[in-house]
Amino acid sequence: MGHGLPRLVGARVARREDPRLLTGQGSYVDDHRPPRLLYAAFLRSPHAHARIVRIDASAALVLPGVVAVLTGDDVARSAKPVRAASKTPAVKTTSFPPLALDKVRHVGEAVAMVAAESRYLAEDAIERIVVEYAPLPVVKDMESALEPASPVLHDEAGTNLLVSREFVRGDVDAALAGAALVVRERFRFHRHTPVCMENRGCLAEYATGSETLTLRSSAQCPGLVRDVLSDLLDMPEHRIRVIAADVGGGFGAKASLYPEEIATCVMARRLGRPVKWIGDRREDLLATTHAWDEIVEAELGVNRDGTIVGLRAQVTADVGAYSIYPWTAAIEPVQTISFLPGPYRVPTYQGRTRGVATCKAPLGPYRGVGRPPAVFVIEGLMDRAARQLGLDPTEIRLRNFIRDEDFPYKSSSGIVWDRASFTASLLKAREALDYPALRAEQARARAAGRWIGIGVVSYVELTGIGSAIPVSPGMPVSTGTEAATIRFDPSGKVTAVFGVASHGQGLETTLAQIVADEVGVPIEDVRVVHGDTELSPYGTGTYASRSLVLAGGAAILAGRSIREKMLLIAGHLLEAAPADIVMTDARCAVRGLPDRSVTVREIARAAYTGARQLPKGLEPGLEATRFYDPYYGTASNATHVAMVEVDRATCEVKTLRYVVVEDCGRMVNPLIVDGQVHGGVAQGIGAALLEEIVYDDHGQLLSGTLMDYVVPSACEVPWIEVHHLETPSPVALGGFRGMGEGGTIGAPAAIANAIADALTPLGIEVAELPVTPDRLFRLIERAEGRG
Amino acid sequence: MVTVRLKVNDVAHEGRCEPRKLLVDFIREDLGLTGTHVGCEHGICGACTIMFNGEAARSCIMLAVQADGAELLTVEGLMREGKLHPLQEAFREHHGLQCGFCTPGMLLTALDFLRTNPSPNDREIREGISAVLCRCTGYQGIVNAVRAAAPTLAARR
Repeated sequence: MGHGLPRLVGARVARREDPRLLTGQGSYVDDHRPPRLLYAAFLRSPHAHARIVRIDASAALVLPGVVAVLTGDDVARSAKPVRAASKTPAVKTTSFPPLALDKVRHVGEAVAMVAAESRYLAEDAIERIVVEYAPLPVVKDMESALEPASPVLHDEAGTNLLVSREFVRGDVDAALAGAALVVRERFRFHRHTPVCMENRGCLAEYATGSETLTLRSSAQCPGLVRDVLSDLLDMPEHRIRVIAADVGGGFGAKASLYPEEIATCVMARRLGRPVKWIGDRREDLLATTHAWDEIVEAELGVNRDGTIVGLRAQVTADVGAYSIYPWTAAIEPVQTISFLPGPYRVPTYQGRTRGVATCKAPLGPYRGVGRPPAVFVIEGLMDRAARQLGLDPTEIRLRNFIRDEDFPYKSSSGIVWDRASFTASLLKAREALDYPALRAEQARARAAGRWIGIGVVSYVELTGIGSAIPVSPGMPVSTGTEAATIRFDPSGKVTAVFGVASHGQGLETTLAQIVADEVGVPIEDVRVVHGDTELSPYGTGTYASRSLVLAGGAAILAGRSIREKMLLIAGHLLEAAPADIVMTDARCAVRGLPDRSVTVREIARAAYTGARQLPKGLEPGLEATRFYDPYYGTASNATHVAMVEVDRATCEVKTLRYVVVEDCGRMVNPLIVDGQVHGGVAQGIGAALLEEIVYDDHGQLLSGTLMDYVVPSACEVPWIEVHHLETPSPVALGGFRGMGEGGTIGAPAAIANAIADALTPLGIEVAELPVTPDRLFRLIERAEGRG
Repeated sequence: MVTVRLKVNDVAHEGRCEPRKLLVDFIREDLGLTGTHVGCEHGICGACTIMFNGEAARSCIMLAVQADGAELLTVEGLMREGKLHPLQEAFREHHGLQCGFCTPGMLLTALDFLRTNPSPNDREIREGISAVLCRCTGYQGIVNAVRAAAPTLAARR
């Protein structure tokens, strides 16, 4: 590009959002208190499944300071129920009312809402609302939910089977019948929840004079929320503003539309006063979307040399009580079968999936979506096959990877991989670890009676998805584009506005790096604005590792448009042909004549001064809005290697070493890439060893506090060694690949494989996650003949 | 209603609130210092950690009335003369924060920890900050930041 300033893309630039977040000046939803604010609280169902016979709020309404109570009937008069529609008949569409109508379907479902002068009063009032329930039989788990005698959660569906889909390539029956070895397993990945440190919350204000609604929300997707509110509340989109300023973590949990957002808008519109709801941790564990909860029965057939001949899998997912908007109940179960073939050449494949409704919180997207279970399954099968064939786990992978010459490669589930570095990343991991030495160390430890194991995992993830495929199968909402508006003001400073939203990823920094490089100014002169539908061009938000690819691509396009215009204006001011103008050090100069130059600031001022400063016929102004659609999207890949020790006395698993070799294409900011990997791996280790949402047979949540749902602290997370490969994406502008989720995709399987490797002397396989000390204890007892 | 008199970040305040009001709500709502965050309201996540008479404490499981006569330090009090505190600087340099929600509690916890252990090893740092949950960073940037800030803070004493 050559503008004389040091290139920012690729540099470890300290984050631009940090000074405000480090000094307590963040702008999270709960930090806002407009005049006349009312505080909301929700009454939630204590029953897993019940008919609502009667609600009496009179005792609540007489409390001083209580302003209003809403029930499901009240909301239904002002807002349509949410229906996460799907274009495919594989998904049954069901209603999700903002407040329960007639029936509750899981413990924690919102039944009534109070607005009061303080949060304390609102919670007092909640306790005075009397609800008479007629309990119904509980749909307690996904397997019993499919039995003919099971109660049905949604009458309109007529069945608890909400999702049913199949991918087939080739004759898998014949392939498995002819295989030298078939390994089989029934895998169980239990229910998980994202746990953002900031609980969900929102603040709605309705201005009667201008008929405008402003919703501040802890949302990842302000654009999506704005679009759907327009429909549900029957208001034009241009009268709705959704703001997601600072958001305290998302990880997919805040990517869906939530009932509380709609109810809060209804309450604010009805009262003409601002209304704020801030969830507490109990509400977060009860009513934020959960993840995974899948049973996967799978078999893998291989030749004697370990090459794969066929893969067959049956996935069953407990999707909870409701299909969430816009992703639908299909997102997790269908993604799992989409990604099961992994980075391998799988000539025959049959993947069947089912999503089953039960009396639990809805299943939604969480970091990795479908891929953490898919990788747990395929990588577990690869290790089982390797063990039986006497192959090293790295060797069986190297024999099966999609080869460099195979790209672009269409996977057996129909996904196109643009280019990846499967072999190179595994070889680099072996080298970084001095793998033979590590195996020798393991052998010595094993001889000394210690249970030490090494787990190797390779995966590929689809990122930066364009318009060719919906982010969630059959979803009617388009998620394939994002836009950037880049605007110079007359002083030469730049504002860059995006429809994506940042909730920890550092987009204010990475997007500023890209913009600064494109338009030739220092990063200090670029201000990135995001997460506000009123300010940004049309967009949906941040999810599915898309923001740097899509918004970054749009920034490159808009930056180029501006740059072209700057050269035209500079040429005019310097009386030279635009082709002879070069950018250098925030100036434009005539090639070979560095003294004949104008500053970027002079160009910007000229752009707004009018015709005399501009080439004939050139429109004044210096701003551009451009949209970008990467069409298929791109892919990131990585190899993870974990070394663990299982304590013989306590069955505690200690991670001794953790190495990641990741390839996210061209890195914009290695500091931020490392941070995403560290955080993702920590969540994956939590998923492998600690975190589990547990319901009892009555549908009561047993893991309703952070003492019961155990999130890793600094002591449970090891030092994580990260290495990079940079294979630029040949299809995405800038060569960027999305990489926000990968750590969580690889880590559960790496830990599971390492534990199984450690326990090889006992012949133990790990088929259930999280593998908590009590589960491990039982596996060991059984293997040693005591269980 | 009860009267609460206290000093926060060297400034004297007086407020009236219900006896049941949580200290963190008093700090955020009555004093308008929204840098202290509420993450769990049951004393586990540590996002609400402040310094209470010179020691780290969880303001979500204390009542405002318990702080009558106390001296508090919140994240807003770390910056001096428009300059980031060395610990804040280290967090920025080592990417010790992402979403920033746990950060105020993490900073005050780390500050308290380094007061009691001025030259810790990594194991000790991990234990020292384990009272605060961070979901974004995997703690690695935080450990690096605390290690890097330790000598600077020790030299200031």
